[in-house]
Amino acid sequence: MITLNHYLVLATLLFSIGVFGVVTRRNVLIIFMSIELMLSSVNLVFLSFSRFLGQVDGQVFVLFVLVVAAAEAAVGLGIIVALFRNRQTVYVDEVKILRG
Amino acid sequence: MEPIVFYILAAITVVTALLMVTRTSPISSAVWLIACFFAFAGLFVLLEAHFIAVIQVLLYAGAIMVLFVFVIMLLNLRPEELKTRAIRFQTVLGGIFVLYLVFLLPLSLFRSGKLLFPEVLPQFGYVQGIAEMIFTKYLVPFEVTSVLLLVAIVGSVIMGKRKL
Amino acid sequence: MEYIFAAIKTVLIFVAVINLVPLLIWLERKGAAYIQDRRGPNRANILGIRLGGLIHSLSDVVKLLTKEDIIPPYVNKPFYLLAPMISMFVATITVAVVPFADPILINGKEFLLQVADLDAGLLYVFAASSLGVYGIMLAGWAANNKYSLLGGLRSAAQMVSYEMSLGLAVVGVFLLTGSFKLSEIVAFQGANPFHWNILLQPLGFFLFVTSIFAETNRLPFDLPEGESEIVAGYHVEYSSMKFALFFMAEYAHIVVGSCIIVTLFLGGWHFPFLTRDWIWNHTTMLIHLFWIVLAILSVAGGTWLVWQYKPHKYNDLRDYETLVFGVPGIIVGGSLLMTWLLFHTVVPLEIPTPDWVRQAMVTALQLGTFVGKVLFVCFVFIWVRWTLPRFRYDQVMRLGWKMMLPLALANIFITAGMILIFR
Repeated sequence: MITLNHYLVLATLLFSIGVFGVVTRRNVLIIFMSIELMLSSVNLVFLSFSRFLGQVDGQVFVLFVLVVAAAEAAVGLGIIVALFRNRQTVYVDEVKILRG
Repeated sequence: MEPIVFYILAAITVVTALLMVTRTSPISSAVWLIACFFAFAGLFVLLEAHFIAVIQVLLYAGAIMVLFVFVIMLLNLRPEELKTRAIRFQTVLGGIFVLYLVFLLPLSLFRSGKLLFPEVLPQFGYVQGIAEMIFTKYLVPFEVTSVLLLVAIVGSVIMGKRKL
Repeated sequence: MEYIFAAIKTVLIFVAVINLVPLLIWLERKGAAYIQDRRGPNRANILGIRLGGLIHSLSDVVKLLTKEDIIPPYVNKPFYLLAPMISMFVATITVAVVPFADPILINGKEFLLQVADLDAGLLYVFAASSLGVYGIMLAGWAANNKYSLLGGLRSAAQMVSYEMSLGLAVVGVFLLTGSFKLSEIVAFQGANPFHWNILLQPLGFFLFVTSIFAETNRLPFDLPEGESEIVAGYHVEYSSMKFALFFMAEYAHIVVGSCIIVTLFLGGWHFPFLTRDWIWNHTTMLIHLFWIVLAILSVAGGTWLVWQYKPHKYNDLRDYETLVFGVPGIIVGGSLLMTWLLFHTVVPLEIPTPDWVRQAMVTALQLGTFVGKVLFVCFVFIWVRWTLPRFRYDQVMRLGWKMMLPLALANIFITAGMILIFR
C-alpha cells in the first residue's frame, strides 16, 4: 500500500537533490533548473496532502505555484540573458565585483 | 498494481533528477529535467490530480523548459570543464544537507504511523472541481496571478532589450 | 479484459495513423501535380500494374530503408538520434484522445472507440503539440550546422508563437460545450450540420486551421524547412531512416491535426442529418440503399473505364490498365444488381437484422464518415500548400503576434458575450 509517508519521503528526496544542485553547481542555468525541481517537489507535497484530506484546495494552490514558477522562469531567464550580455559569463562564482 | 507504478515512477524521478544535477552540458541537464517532469506528471495522475498533471506537462515541460532550452542554445554555452569541479566546500555542504534531510525527516515521518489515503469521488481531480474553487473561494489570488503574469511579460520584454 | 481491449485499440489506432502516411504522400504528389497542370508520378509498377502512382509510396519506403545511414562525425549523438523519435512520438500520441465513433454497446457494456477519454482531453492535445517543439529544436542543435540551428530555432519560435492562438481559438468551442472532453464536444455538435462548430465559431475555425498550419510547419509557414530557402532547415544532416522518421512525423502530424479539426469543428463522426437512433432503426433500408448504390456505381465506373480503352495508345501493357479495372467493375456491379433484383422480385429475402448487424452498420457509417472528413481536411492541407506562396519569417511572426492573438482574444469576448445574451 502506498501511504502518504511514501510521497512525503519522495518529495523530500527530490527537494534535497534540488538543494544539492543549487548549492553545488556553478552554472546559473543549472541552479535555476534545480530551483524548478524544488518547486515541483513542493507541488508533489501539496497534491499528496490534498488527496489525503480529500479537498481540492491543494490542487488550486498547485495551480498558483505553477503560474508563479512560469512567471519567475520568464523573468529569471531575461535576467540571465542580460547578465550574459554584460559579463560574458554564466558562472556564478565569476560575478563577484561586489565582493570585498 | 498501484505500488509497482508508484515505485517505477519514483525511481525514474529520482534517477533523472540526480542525472540532471550532475551533467556538465546544460542541454543534457535540461533534457533530463524534462524527463523528470514527465515522471512527475505520472505521479500526479496517481494522486488523482488529472488536470494538474496535464497542466504540468503543458506548462513545465512544454513551455518553461522550451524557454530554458532556447536560452541555452542562444547563449551557446559550452559544457563545463571538469577540472573546476573537484570536491569543494560547497559540495561537502550540499552533501551534508542532503543526508540530513534524507535520513532525519523520514525518521520523524515513520514515527507517526501509516497515513493511508481515503477514498475520494471519481470527480476529484477533474476540471470542474478546481474551476469551482478558483472562481468562488480563491478568486482574489486568481486575479492577482493574472496581474503577476502581466508584470512578468512586461518585465521579461524589458530585460531582453539591448538598449532600454 | 479492459487492458487487453485498451492495448488492441492503441495498436490499431497507431497502425491506422501510420498507414495513412503513404496514402497522404501519394495524395500530395498527385494533388500537387494536378494543381500544377501535370500528371504526377505514374511510372512505378509491379508486374505492369500501376495503381495510378500508389506504388511510388512503396518504392519510397524501400529507398529510404536501404539508403546509407550517414551520421556526421561532429554531431551530438544522443540528441541526433533522439530528435526524430520525439517528433514521431508526439505526432502519434495526440490521436489517443480522438473519438472515432459512438461507443459500442455489447450486452449493456460500453466499449469506447477512443483510447483514453480524458477529462482534460483538449488540454492533452495542446500539451502534446507543445512537446513537438523539442524534436525540432534538438534536431537543429544536434546537427552542429549553422543552417540547421537557424532553421531549428526559427521553427521553434514559430511553433511557440502559434501555440497561443491555437489554444485561444478553441476557448470559444470550450465555452459553448462546457467540457474539455472530446467525446462531449462531438456529442454537443450533433448530427445537424447547422449546429457544427464551424458555423457556430467561424472565426475560431479559421484561426485554428491557420495555427495548425503553423504548428505542422506546412506552407504557407514553411520557412524553417523550406526546400529552396535554407537548404532543408533542421533536417539537412539527416539521412535514410531518421529522415524518413521526420518525414513520416510531419505527415502523421498533418493527419492528427486533421483529426483534431474534424473533431472540434466539423462534427466528429456524425454523418450529416443521421443520428445514431435513426441509423439503428432504419438499418434494413440502409443496407438495401448501399447495395444498390454500390452496384450502380461499379457498373457506371466500369463502363466509363471500358469506354476509355483506346487500342494501341501506348503499345505496351499500359493499354490494358483500363480493361483490367473496367471489366471486373462491370461484372461485379452487374452481379450485385442482379442479386438484388432476384432477391426482391423472384425470391423474397428478409435480411436478418439482429443487434450486431445494426451496431456494425452504425459503427461502419460513423467510422467511414470520420475517415472521409479527415481525408477531406488533409486534401485541403495539400491544396493550400500548392496554392499559396511562402511567408517570410518576420511576416510569420507579425501575423502570429499582432494579428492572430488579438483576433483570438476578440473571438473569446464575442463568444462569451453571445452566450451571456442568449442563455
